[in-house]
Amino acid sequence: MTSPIPLPPPHGWMLPPLIFKPASNATSTSLESIWNQPPPKLPGKKDLFIEADLMSPLDRIANVSILKQHEVDKLYKVENKPALSSSEQLCFLVRPRIKNMRYIASLVNADKLAGRTRKYKVIFSPQKFYACEMVLEEEGIYGDVSCDEWAFSLLPLDVDLLSMELPEFFRDYFLEGDQRWINTVAQALHLLSTLYGPFPNCYGIGRCAKMAYELWRNLEEEEDGETKGRRPEIGHIFLLDRDVDFVTALCSQVVYEGLVDDTFRIKCGSVDFGPEVTSSDKSLKVLLNAEDKVFNEIRNEHFSNVFGFLSQKARNLQAQYDRRRGMDIKQMKNFVSQELKGLKQEHRLLSLHIGACESIMKKKTKQDFQELIKTEHALLEGFNIRESTSYIEEHIDQQVSPIESLRLMCLLSITENGLIPKDYRSLKTQYLQSYGPEHLLTFSNLRRAGLLTEQAPGDTLTAVESKVSKLVTDKAAGKITDAFSSLAKRSNFRAISKKLNLIPRVDGEYDLKVPRDMAYVFSGAYVPLSCRIIEQVLERRSWQGLDEVVRLLNCSDFAFTDMTKEDKASSESLRLILVVFLGGCTFSEISALRFLGREKGYRFIFLTTAVTNSARLMEAMSEVKA
Amino acid sequence: MNRTKGDEEEYWNSSKFKAFTFDDEDDELSQLKESKRAVNSLRDFVDDDDDDDDLERVSWSGEPVGSRTRPGSFQSLSDALSDTSAKSYAPELGRPKGEYRDYSNDWSPSDTVRRLRKGKVCSLERFRSLQDKLQLLEEAVSMHDGNVITAVLIFLKRTLSKEILFRELEVRQVALRHLIHFLKEIGDQKLLLDLFRFLDRTEELALSHYREHLNIRDPDKRKEFLKTCIGLPFSAEDSAHIQDHYTLLERQIIIEANDRHLESAGQTEIFRKHPRKASILNMPLVTTLFYSCFYHYTEAEGTFSSPINLKKTFKIPDKQYVLTALAARAKLRAWNDVDALFTTKNWLGYTKKRAPIGFHRVVEILHKNNAPVQILQEYVNLVEDVDTKLNLATKFKCHDVVIDTCRDLKDRQQLLAYRSKVDKGSAEEEKIDALLSSSQIRWKN
Repeated sequence: MTSPIPLPPPHGWMLPPLIFKPASNATSTSLESIWNQPPPKLPGKKDLFIEADLMSPLDRIANVSILKQHEVDKLYKVENKPALSSSEQLCFLVRPRIKNMRYIASLVNADKLAGRTRKYKVIFSPQKFYACEMVLEEEGIYGDVSCDEWAFSLLPLDVDLLSMELPEFFRDYFLEGDQRWINTVAQALHLLSTLYGPFPNCYGIGRCAKMAYELWRNLEEEEDGETKGRRPEIGHIFLLDRDVDFVTALCSQVVYEGLVDDTFRIKCGSVDFGPEVTSSDKSLKVLLNAEDKVFNEIRNEHFSNVFGFLSQKARNLQAQYDRRRGMDIKQMKNFVSQELKGLKQEHRLLSLHIGACESIMKKKTKQDFQELIKTEHALLEGFNIRESTSYIEEHIDQQVSPIESLRLMCLLSITENGLIPKDYRSLKTQYLQSYGPEHLLTFSNLRRAGLLTEQAPGDTLTAVESKVSKLVTDKAAGKITDAFSSLAKRSNFRAISKKLNLIPRVDGEYDLKVPRDMAYVFSGAYVPLSCRIIEQVLERRSWQGLDEVVRLLNCSDFAFTDMTKEDKASSESLRLILVVFLGGCTFSEISALRFLGREKGYRFIFLTTAVTNSARLMEAMSEVKA
Repeated sequence: MNRTKGDEEEYWNSSKFKAFTFDDEDDELSQLKESKRAVNSLRDFVDDDDDDDDLERVSWSGEPVGSRTRPGSFQSLSDALSDTSAKSYAPELGRPKGEYRDYSNDWSPSDTVRRLRKGKVCSLERFRSLQDKLQLLEEAVSMHDGNVITAVLIFLKRTLSKEILFRELEVRQVALRHLIHFLKEIGDQKLLLDLFRFLDRTEELALSHYREHLNIRDPDKRKEFLKTCIGLPFSAEDSAHIQDHYTLLERQIIIEANDRHLESAGQTEIFRKHPRKASILNMPLVTTLFYSCFYHYTEAEGTFSSPINLKKTFKIPDKQYVLTALAARAKLRAWNDVDALFTTKNWLGYTKKRAPIGFHRVVEILHKNNAPVQILQEYVNLVEDVDTKLNLATKFKCHDVVIDTCRDLKDRQQLLAYRSKVDKGSAEEEKIDALLSSSQIRWKN
């Protein structure tokens, strides 16, 4: 095998082109329909207010000229500032959030006070929440504004990746226990099944996965008939809760796409490369997907392979340019008209990714990435816990990065089933001293979500002690456990890791150029738990024999299989698997499953509430200053 | 759920629902409605019966809604594929009354909840008995849609006393979490605290109160607020953190006032040379310590801004203190202070260098602050582990240390290899050559 393993070309036949063409103009009509279809029709000039978080998704499917066609005069960002719009009509495109309602209310009420009348329309994406309407009513502007919904809930980021672009799903569900987005997920599944036929084999793990699945089944039953009799195009669907596997999401990513995401933050499938990458004085917004031929070949590669690949590619390019030397006029004409453009394009892409690699290297060397990775691997394997703990301590003391410090602590906690009380207290104190006392709230959040916990005193107390404490605080303890029991539970990582063989035994060097298993996405040190579960279930076509793992994952009641007897599914469709990540998935997981697909002859499609990584998870838990 | 005719009449006659009678004969009313519709640019009905449900909207509380929803993204995506599916939705007034049966209010709890999920017309007002309300809530919970659960909770919150509401939610954890999140989001702090109090969740109560300080900008007010947090029922450990938070801000306010004055007076050298980049207010303790080591290093312990005072007040561990002081003094290139930081005298008066953080860390921090090679060299030499020492010396180009270490190790090969890394004709090269040709050393290789 040569070093880069190219993805199989996107197969248009597998799925209707609409979704599987990376979003360009294909879906722009769905935006147009907001404006074209009667109810939200707001004829005439209008100013459009867009919520910042919706800008990137909108960017993928629309542009200014489309907005102009819809008589949008000026564009504003929804932010906490008074708007100086002079338009007679204001249109707001927002997520259904309370703070947006308050913002709109302040504008409308200011107009009312000034005796000004204009038209207001609020378009909620992907749906309206009752709590938002309640706020509109309370603020006395109910009826003054008209409301609409734009069910724009699936953004195709790539040929195999659909994102709901709902990063808040993670905090709302896994921290607050709010199930408001489950219906949105069910709707998305419903949409996919109307487009691609029924899913003959369904599997899932996690409380949220089960709920989303049930709600979706309800939906299907209610709208009976739509998918009946259709040939299934997607053979399997697998739903997975993020909290089934926090560990993978907390690790530093080392495959190229993940590393680019960790370093530069890929937003909605595109990334802003700064001057340090473009080697000019300008930043460049670059779309990263299968259409970028250079990127497509390196995205799933371990970073250590990428350099070699890029320099090989550069040499090839040089050779192709050099060919023109011996050419006669006619050949040269052909070369210029047919090849040169492609070569130039490749040249541009190549130099961008080389620039990105250099910049990543610089940053990683500066922060002593090697030592960091070493610590992570030690945590995953469960040795040198003291050493890792003092590494984390030093990390905190030197104020390296609040998010990174938090991530390492969470990784320590989950792999060790909670911190021992002494360490918990000392790390927490140092963290608060280094990064600010208000992070007391962050710690409380992490504890509730089960990301950073203290080993229960019961685990370490002597029999007498626990008896006494039981007598004294039974009631209070019960209440407290209640409060924290919310969603948190023991992680049992070490036992799961053993059962599923997540730490590969390697004799000698793990050859990252010729990966032997999914562990290559973490330098051969760890097979992502989420991907291993998916692999095992697909192999068995059920959860059979995985009872112990399921129990250790605290998912005994939430692991399900549902198979229809119909054997209308073609063998081609049975190779196609839709994996649904509730709470976000990382590029490393995507790369690992792409690898698995190549090995086993599957093809995976991903549906995620958002693409995530360790920093995003930690930020979602951090208590931000208001 | 049988309703009597009287109920029904009362329902239709109540002002809330009047707007939905759509009386054909009542021209005035329909005109009014039409203009209202125009104002809201909404559309009421489609001619396509199948879509009726999707298009009629009323809020959960039974108010007429000036909006309707597109039938979902499937519609729009298929619209993208074919023009034929694009329906023209034209307002159509004056449909026979019978068609609006949907507004009737005899939906069972489960039907009601299903309609709510679709965002359809649905009044909850008729669920008046506690039993009905709870049944509605349970249906909502069993359907899993958080939006509907919250909708029902908003209704319950409005129609039940809080004691009853709290009591019922205590045994319904899913619904309870939704209410808590809802109260957090709309900022109903008072009810939230009442709820925590009722549930006896003292720690959450305390944290929730404490969270409010984030919204207070003014430092003095924030300080006063933090003072009110001190007695709250935090865990013992957190109580200490809250106390520290208060004390820290109190100190910062004093230091800030003092230093702002000093800076603007322009008499103090350190502020003239290194103007402050930001206020010290609300900074973490370690940052405050750094600041104090930077601007107030030599102050006596008695002043609030002295590093030693901070160290004592907040029980900052030695390690953390040294790390921070080192970074601050190195930044100022105050090498004597750096030296003093690691010098200890034993009882005989001998001085010895000691670092609680390990000298390899010291070297790294010095390097980060661009310390000159002579200084670096001194500390690289103090690194105990020979391999680490050699690595650091090589990394930071402390040639003398590398050369001497190779000599001590009698490692001729490594010295030979290092020769290529120093400049040609430099003193280092000469030194290496002298060693290599020396007959005094018994090389091990």
